[in-house]
Amino acid sequence: MIKVNNEFKNYLQNSLFKNVRIDGRGLLDFRDVTIESGVSSTAEGSARVKIGETEVIAGVKMEVATPYPDRPEDGSIMVNAEFLPMASPDFEPGPPGIAAIELSRVVDRGIRESGAIDLKKLLIKKGEKCWMLIIDVCMINNDGNLLDASALAAIAALKDAKFPKYENDELDYKTKTDKGVELAKIPIAVTVVKVGDSYLVDCGIDEEKNLDARLTITSTEEGTICSLQKGGDAPLTKEDISKMFDIALEKAKLLRGFL
Amino acid sequence: MTNVLVKEKSVVVPGEILAEGMDNLPGFGTYRKNDKIIASRLGVILVEGRALKIIPLSGSYIPKNNDVIIGKVIDVTMSGWRVNTNSAYTAMLMLKDGSSEYIARGADLTHFYNLEDYIVCKITKVTSQKLVDLTMKGPGLKKLTGGRIIKVNPFKVPRIIGKQGSMVTMIKQVTNTHLIVGQNGLIWLQGEPEQEVLAVKTIKKIERESHTKGLTEQIKKFLEENTVNQK
Amino acid sequence: MTYDKRLDGRKFDELRPIEAKAGVIPNAVGSAWFKIGKTEAYATVYGPRELYPRFLQDPSCGRLRCSYNMMPFSGAGDRVRPGQNRRSKEISMVTDKALLPVVDLNDYPNAVVDVFIELPQTDAGSRCAGICAASIALADAGIPMKDLVSAVSVGLVDGKLVIDLDYQEEAYDKGGVADIPIAMIPSTGEITLLQMDGEISKEQLLEGIDMVKGAMDNIKEIQVKALKDKYNTSDKSE
Repeated sequence: MIKVNNEFKNYLQNSLFKNVRIDGRGLLDFRDVTIESGVSSTAEGSARVKIGETEVIAGVKMEVATPYPDRPEDGSIMVNAEFLPMASPDFEPGPPGIAAIELSRVVDRGIRESGAIDLKKLLIKKGEKCWMLIIDVCMINNDGNLLDASALAAIAALKDAKFPKYENDELDYKTKTDKGVELAKIPIAVTVVKVGDSYLVDCGIDEEKNLDARLTITSTEEGTICSLQKGGDAPLTKEDISKMFDIALEKAKLLRGFL
Repeated sequence: MTNVLVKEKSVVVPGEILAEGMDNLPGFGTYRKNDKIIASRLGVILVEGRALKIIPLSGSYIPKNNDVIIGKVIDVTMSGWRVNTNSAYTAMLMLKDGSSEYIARGADLTHFYNLEDYIVCKITKVTSQKLVDLTMKGPGLKKLTGGRIIKVNPFKVPRIIGKQGSMVTMIKQVTNTHLIVGQNGLIWLQGEPEQEVLAVKTIKKIERESHTKGLTEQIKKFLEENTVNQK
Repeated sequence: MTYDKRLDGRKFDELRPIEAKAGVIPNAVGSAWFKIGKTEAYATVYGPRELYPRFLQDPSCGRLRCSYNMMPFSGAGDRVRPGQNRRSKEISMVTDKALLPVVDLNDYPNAVVDVFIELPQTDAGSRCAGICAASIALADAGIPMKDLVSAVSVGLVDGKLVIDLDYQEEAYDKGGVADIPIAMIPSTGEITLLQMDGEISKEQLLEGIDMVKGAMDNIKEIQVKALKDKYNTSDKSE
């Protein structure tokens, strides 16, 4: 068992009890959010998201692939997260660690399970050719809450994306068509964190290191929840979860408004 | 005849020619090449007599003898404690320097300082290989409990402390928080939560604007405008 | 057939538009962003810090460790598979060598200074852009340096010497192309990186080196301004 710095945790809980966070924010306040689209000229679609000093860049590449044999009428999507060593002194170069894998899978499920993209619309020729959308999210600076920032960047990059020209079996990346990716829904992920008895959103690094539990809730504009991920070592009660749902749906509206 | 080519207190970059001629001496952060004195660090140039030196604006902490720093205990061994100094080099706190109290042979060292404890300690030796020795014997040296630790650019520490401690004293008084500033860029604070937030904001402001003129006045104004009412 | 007019209309010794900023990544000790035409590079410096694995430690001096990496969506066509491949490993090494002559790591025995170069988009000249960004970032990190290093490519397109080839020119198929990335210490003219793809005569190469000097001076001015602007803007902000 890794010993946690109990002193700091007690201190944190005391502050939160008085409704004061380390940086003076309210418990349910997000830091400043900015979204910038089209930040990579080589990507078919891209977006940079900043939440406070956390910064991520998502890029969409579109490839022509063969559909899976058990799904001959569907195209495919894939989400990959790169925890680049530039973003933090704690990130090492190398293949994705478990944090990067979890993040990419949570973002993936949010997009997939919400029905945001109709995979049938990515089909080119049944059983033979389809579009594969690959979303790579690269961490640029880690100041906490990479997950919410990444999910937001992924959706913003998909919104920005345009298909390259594909004629006579030839893919011409240099020519973009006007056709974008049809997004039937806009899924937004919000991670709600529990520290002691307090619920927080948009946690900074120190808060993340000292959380008891976290719940990432991805929801669509209709308020339907399409993906869940619980993290942290402590359990959550049904009441916790209910409260966290309410918070997440509320904050999703805020984040969706930035797109 | 020497020509100093740049304005004093201006920001200079590596490779920038600071002076021509043989009269000036190359101080810290500069070097001589033929008849020119050239900057080798990003920083603010100062002229002290005949010497030109650079006050660096950034960088990692390099352990220096006699510095009082805030370290973090990362290992407890048979002979003492290994301490993270917020630099590329860890330091050793040996048993004999561990405390003004008597430490018996075979005593449980974690009683004194345990893993992840923060301690205010003093560097007593730095070898050429950057092996660092520490002591806990001395005024003001102690284990820290409660409060929180923030990190700042170690080169801004003198500004945060101020002339004879004037800046840090002002922050302490207005926000009513305890403050200990380590030379290695770690700062410990303890006070009411909202006061701590103000103290941190003030320190970060000094860090950002450390090289501007009239900083003391601006900080004073900032504190006045943002004072938290005592309930 | 000769190359009379450049594909994008530039003069033969003209650089693409350049933008540069210092101190863009808050977590890093030093950092920079450098964009030339459509090639964009971040460089971040962490260190000096402990060097693992231990056997790489040098007790007489710190080590410089550069890593060049293209973001998966930064290639001209297909997606770039994440991770280091042979090309990026080689570029990382020559970047190291391009910067070593100017950095002084004597104060950091057994430690490492890590430089991470990441590119969100590329259009040729990426290793040069990376070196320019890394130079700024190392200075921003307070690493002692004799001077800055600037880098750009010189090329021969169908017999004509040009500065700063873009992707179109590198791929020019109507005549021979030589692509020569060069890194230089602008104040002395010393060359710290020299590579070449293609064919060239000795005379043309030497002429190219003379021709690029002016471009290097321009780039250095921009690098210096990026560093100074970081501190001048905060001067004016209050």
